[in-house]
Amino acid sequence: MSQASLANLVAQAQERGLGLGRFVLEAEAAESGDGPERVEARMAGMLAVMARSADEGLSGEARSTSGMLGGDARKVEAARLAGRALDDLLAAATARAMAVSEVNAAMGRIVAAPTAGAAGVVPGVLLALEAVRGVPRDRLVTAMFAAAGVGEVIGERASVSGAEGGCQAETGSAAAMAAAAAVDALGGSPAACAQAVAFALQNLMGLVCDPIGGLVEVPCLGRNAGGAGAALVAAQIALAGVVHPVPVDEIIDTMGRVGRDLPVALRETGWGGIAVSPTGRATAARLGLAPPPEGEAPTAT
Amino acid sequence: MRVFEVVGPVMVGPSSSHTAGAARIGRAARAVLGAPPTQARILLHGSFAATGRGHGTDRAVVGGLLGFGPGDPRLRQSFAHAAAAGLQFSFEEADLGAVHPNSARILLSGAAGQTADVTASSVGGGRAQIIDVDGFALRFDLGRPTVLVYHADRAGAVADVATVLARHAVNIAAMQVARKRRAGDALMVIESDGDLPVVAVAELERLACVVAARYVEADPDPVEEG
Repeated sequence: MSQASLANLVAQAQERGLGLGRFVLEAEAAESGDGPERVEARMAGMLAVMARSADEGLSGEARSTSGMLGGDARKVEAARLAGRALDDLLAAATARAMAVSEVNAAMGRIVAAPTAGAAGVVPGVLLALEAVRGVPRDRLVTAMFAAAGVGEVIGERASVSGAEGGCQAETGSAAAMAAAAAVDALGGSPAACAQAVAFALQNLMGLVCDPIGGLVEVPCLGRNAGGAGAALVAAQIALAGVVHPVPVDEIIDTMGRVGRDLPVALRETGWGGIAVSPTGRATAARLGLAPPPEGEAPTAT
Repeated sequence: MRVFEVVGPVMVGPSSSHTAGAARIGRAARAVLGAPPTQARILLHGSFAATGRGHGTDRAVVGGLLGFGPGDPRLRQSFAHAAAAGLQFSFEEADLGAVHPNSARILLSGAAGQTADVTASSVGGGRAQIIDVDGFALRFDLGRPTVLVYHADRAGAVADVATVLARHAVNIAAMQVARKRRAGDALMVIESDGDLPVVAVAELERLACVVAARYVEADPDPVEEG
């Protein structure tokens, strides 16, 4: 399926009287020739892997290869279960996003959505809706097609690669996908899904990719939780019927342009941002990883 | 991109480009060799060389050479599996020229003296693209089942191969032919819509114009693994 415009995708779904997720599911079934049942079963398998990754992370056993990460998701979930959450849904999403991110850093099995670095965001939001709001699995599976449709458009119009567009292209895109999925899972219209995408992408625009030692660990763990939170905020805005004054495709294009404008030091090289903080440098050195260049980080693209 | 390229693959972390894509490159090189490799010389270029170790790129490539897919948990201990399988390997940093920053060249040999030389790039989201096979400059990704046919560069070769595929009801989605010089050796790369029966590959190898045929399967279904 090739949809270069989210506005088009929304219009086509509306024309057929389908939710965004159901429309993308049927389009994929038609294009792949596999039929809706097989395509749906395959996505259900993806959600099952996401749930296993989250459970593994929540158990607190996963340790990253560098030793920097592990056990933090479990702390957040423990606080939630002890009734110390600021907000139950937000805490559940935070814990699950961090859990998947920890498992990823430990070379565990995850589903790239759209990338491994941002793999916690979509399961964080969807599994929190299941755990806290009791949204049934089949609705979540359909909603994942809404997420995938959004990711396809972003990938074609902008980028989902941190090396090309910074963290806004990974976590930002994942948050947009998760926001659309949340709206779809809660019965929102295709147009509301698109609004959720607009707010999620806008609110994370400019986010830099600055991993310490080049590892998918710090700041990725916190950013996955941040992406899940941004997705919930955007879904909340969209479900209330708020409409962004700028069309969603223009916001996607803007994210792509901002990504190209970002200096290369802030695009997954580990040469800028938190990676070159004194502690970031010292950590990379301690792990025997390529140290960031000293002095002024290169800014040419 | 398509739906299951955006949500997917199921993979061992931590990086879709540096881990999942690297495993797919290793698997493709093994398929081109057409046998379990016993020796592997792996040249890492650009970001693969610079940040690959922290991302498990080395373990992922070796796991791929053993036939493991991106979602196979054995990727984590692939070096131990390589020792058990009799695969010796070495890594070097190399400048492969004007290629994607995440690229590798893999030189393989097998127990019966077979050799393969594959250069490939990990182009994002776990997708891998082959850019050179045994000196033939080609460009194909591994999104579909792919058959490589080494053949004599002469009239009718394409028709003979297409006839065999048609007999097995294999629909050709994309096709490329590359040759090193006129009337010399040539390589045909055919991407198909569906899986290719083993018997079809054997039948291709029996054609008079064909030197060898190799089949690069799609990833093993990751959801059913482990």
